[in-house]
Amino acid sequence: MTVRKNQASLTSDEKRRFVAAVLDLKRSGRYDAFVTTHNAFILGDTDNGERTGHRSPSFLPWHRRFLLEFERALQSVDASVALPYWDWSTDRSPRSSLWAPDFLGGSGRSRDGQVMDGPFAASAGNWAVNVRVDGRTYLRRALGAGVRELPTRSEVESVLSMATYDMAPWNSGSDGFRNHLEGWRGVNLHNRVHVWVGGQMATGVSPNDPVFWLHHAYIDRLWAQWQRRHPGSTYLPGGGTPDVVDLHETMKPWNDTTPADLLDHTAHYTFDTD
Amino acid sequence: MPELSRRRALTAAAAVTGAALVTVPAARADDTHHDAHGSHGSPEPFDEVYKGRRIQGRPTAGGGHHHGGGYGVYVDGVELHVMRNADGTWISVVSHYDPVPTPRAAARAAVDELRGARLVPFPTG
Repeated sequence: MTVRKNQASLTSDEKRRFVAAVLDLKRSGRYDAFVTTHNAFILGDTDNGERTGHRSPSFLPWHRRFLLEFERALQSVDASVALPYWDWSTDRSPRSSLWAPDFLGGSGRSRDGQVMDGPFAASAGNWAVNVRVDGRTYLRRALGAGVRELPTRSEVESVLSMATYDMAPWNSGSDGFRNHLEGWRGVNLHNRVHVWVGGQMATGVSPNDPVFWLHHAYIDRLWAQWQRRHPGSTYLPGGGTPDVVDLHETMKPWNDTTPADLLDHTAHYTFDTD
Repeated sequence: MPELSRRRALTAAAAVTGAALVTVPAARADDTHHDAHGSHGSPEPFDEVYKGRRIQGRPTAGGGHHHGGGYGVYVDGVELHVMRNADGTWISVVSHYDPVPTPRAAARAAVDELRGARLVPFPTG
């Protein structure tokens, strides 16, 4: 059974294996297909039209399935690898071990934002940014430049306390847990972390930065924590909502899985804290 | 700059350099005011040189492939994918998680983010 661990508690061997598996997917071209899929949904999901991956109730189950696909790809390279999660409310500094050269590498240099150390630096020769929205082919970051502070634990708690999963109009204007976690409204958790990292993470092609997976693995864990805290609450809407994925409707691009199928993460993995 | 000669760009840049600081707040307020008139209204067109790059925004005919609510934004002639949020704020594909009040602000945020790099045209279809 896959156990997803806090990135801060990984051994050096676990870090090395995770990085090697990610680089293997990159080399084979499988990695970039994930970036392409994500950007297609970023461009296609709209507040007043069809919306599946973002700004909608299915933001959470869609990313849960997306991460499962990526994790299975990693495990086809090295069966011992699981996705780690980044608790940015605790590891909130550019000096965190997450950003060390033996793991994801650090922030970008000031001149052009280029990441200069770690396994994903362009200079290491293994990480060309191919699926991109501008001409730059190197991984970029500007940790803490776009916004100074990552969300705090008390801000996370304030969102976890919201008992209603999601609310009409089921988009970026909604009240409720999902949209506050996604960050279009309120204290802003998920969106703010993308902005804090900067570089490609602030764009539609954000999975170009491997930290994308660790960020979303933590968002996914917060959904699991919310479920535990609100056992009487569930995914909404329950049915008949135009342009929105209802509980028992299948999700693109897979078309074989519904939010209902993905509510229980323990069918697929557990967390180190479960 | 595929659709803008160097001379025109420099001339336009020189023209806006002095005025930009005083005109920007007025332009933003005007855009915001216009946006407030309803989710189906389209913001005013704009055309300026910002940090040496030509940014333009205008209503587009016939819907099409982007989701700016019938509004197109261009950086040096290349279309920047923008999107209007339910609350009237805007994002673009190069600054997707950080809403700003107007499409002009989204274009300027894109220029800030690009640091001189060219935009890759997004797939149309």
